[in-house]
Amino acid sequence: MSRHVLLILAALIVATAGWAYHVNYKTITAIDEVERLRAEIAKEREVLQVLRVEWAYLNAPERLAGLVADHQDELKLVPLVPESLGEVAEVPFPKAREVEEEEPQVSETAPALPVPAFRPATWSPE
Amino acid sequence: MTDLCANPGSKARASRRGEWRMILLMVVFGLCYGAVGLRMAHMAATEPTEPQLARSDRAGLPVRGEITDRNGALLAANLPAWSLYAHPGEIKDKVKAATDLAGIFPELDRDALLKRLTDGRRFVWIKRPIGPREKQEVHDLGTPGLHFGRREMRIYPAGRTAAHVVGGVKAAREDVRFAELAGSGGIEKYFDDRLRDPEQVAEPLRLSIDTRVQQAMRHELAEGMARLTAKGASAILMEVETGRITGLVSLPDFDPNRPPQVFTGPAQLNPRFNRAALGRYELGSTFKVLTAAMALETGVAHSQTMLKTPRRIPYGRHSIRDAYRMPEEMSVEDIIVKSSNVGTAKLSMMVGTRRFKDYLKQLGFFDPSGLELAEAARAQPLLPSKWTDLSSMTISFGHGLAASPVHLAASFATLANAGIAVRPTLTMDSVEAGPRVFSERTSSEMLRVLREVVVRGTAKRANVPGYEIGGKTGTAEKFKPGGGYYHDRVISTFAAVFPTSKPRYVLIVSLDEPTDRSGRKPVRSAGRTAVPVAAQVIRRVAPILGMRPEIVPDDSALGIVTGLE
Repeated sequence: MSRHVLLILAALIVATAGWAYHVNYKTITAIDEVERLRAEIAKEREVLQVLRVEWAYLNAPERLAGLVADHQDELKLVPLVPESLGEVAEVPFPKAREVEEEEPQVSETAPALPVPAFRPATWSPE
Repeated sequence: MTDLCANPGSKARASRRGEWRMILLMVVFGLCYGAVGLRMAHMAATEPTEPQLARSDRAGLPVRGEITDRNGALLAANLPAWSLYAHPGEIKDKVKAATDLAGIFPELDRDALLKRLTDGRRFVWIKRPIGPREKQEVHDLGTPGLHFGRREMRIYPAGRTAAHVVGGVKAAREDVRFAELAGSGGIEKYFDDRLRDPEQVAEPLRLSIDTRVQQAMRHELAEGMARLTAKGASAILMEVETGRITGLVSLPDFDPNRPPQVFTGPAQLNPRFNRAALGRYELGSTFKVLTAAMALETGVAHSQTMLKTPRRIPYGRHSIRDAYRMPEEMSVEDIIVKSSNVGTAKLSMMVGTRRFKDYLKQLGFFDPSGLELAEAARAQPLLPSKWTDLSSMTISFGHGLAASPVHLAASFATLANAGIAVRPTLTMDSVEAGPRVFSERTSSEMLRVLREVVVRGTAKRANVPGYEIGGKTGTAEKFKPGGGYYHDRVISTFAAVFPTSKPRYVLIVSLDEPTDRSGRKPVRSAGRTAVPVAAQVIRRVAPILGMRPEIVPDDSALGIVTGLE
């Protein structure tokens, strides 16, 4: 009987040793993986930092002002001034009656009023 | 017999068992102590390492915190960089190495470098910091003995736009393996500890500056400065309620991304000199507003009180006069609107020197402004060494006391903020309300007078429609180094509040030696120099700040509507 107990215990020890060995190596690989991921995060952070600086540099007001000046012919951008802002009340709306009367005419001669759409000066349909 | 036989046998067995027990005990203890000893020896012999999983993850974070404006746009950040150094002993062909390096870095002098490489040193810094591309080029040379140290480079994406606010950094301690950056000016120096603190490095420092406003202000100021051939200029835009500075410009300025150049001129003209925060000037007639506010507050006069204004007030050997002929009797309001020195001097005497000084102290003119710039702490206003009644009289119209434009901005903000003291700040930290200096009534009365100055007084050119600008001009003659004043060199200042019905911003524009030569005679008064520039700044800045011009629909707009009917 005691021999059986001994055998079982011995088997248990071997099994535990094997398990411990396995876990040990698993931990080591996990630590390596963490290290690798950390290095990757550090690298990503660095890249992010570089890109953020680049974004800030490309959007620096000083640089944009220079670009606007260089491309004045095409873009025709001007600084925002008080006159750029207006009130709805300042828009000369036609009276409701006039609209009713004129509407059919407008639809017939539609091309007379070009539809406003944003497109840069260099834009072509292709 | 059996007993006799059994007895010695069992005795011997018992003693043997006891022996075994002893041996077992010794072995067990020996093993235990041995294990402890081995562990100790192991710990002593191996290199200590940080527990890998327990440490917090900071890899890749910058070594120095970033600085952003109020909208989160980067003002100061870091880029990976390297420092290039050499061990001359390892370099075989030093002439070739020096030539190659001078080819990559045009600012390096070949002969000087060669001299440093050959004079027997074992270590030479060649260039720091260098960027990734330069590093690759040096790497491609394949010269042995050239090494790179890992660094971070401080970079200012906004460039000159906010140069005087952010300041700069310099290498404090540098080694092959690390470098420590320390602030050398501006915010970088004032908040050096905060920016270096590893706990806060991930959190950018947010300033109250708005880069867009800053750019617009700088542009308009530079144009005005060029048109008026001024030597320098500064402008401050401050929120009335919080004292937060939205824009602070000082010209000439510098590119913070370049290492500081040696400057050999007068310190006042150094591009690194911050006129807005460190420069102290006699701020001229802008002080009259403060004097009048004191007179109203103490009750010695109200805005319509009539005062006799003689041509001159004699005082000992001196006398106080006006710049041009004024009426013989003026109301307090007109004294400000027409900017009468005599009238203001009389007001200051009615307030009395003791109370006059006390108010100036409450308005912050006795101490550095407390702005979070390293320079501002050194800007202690220049006060008269012996404060007589004459001092009060001259200071009442802005001569005899020199303070920074930031001081002036804070005092005007206090007046506009219903009389509650405002402290200037560059951060977005919450601000607590200061003590009350003037009553609400004095504040609203003075705002009305300031509006009158723009509508019918010395600052008519600041009347930007829709923004209800109020303000006061100041033209102070510059002090001669030998004593006395120059007559053709002035500091021209305009201190504005807008809109006066519900003040939101204070703007100070100051020009150093401007001259308007557009007319027949050169004009230097603030009304023709600082005022138009300030008006232009407001026209540009107000829409950016989201302020719509409040225009009462006038005839022209109505004309369009009626024309359609």
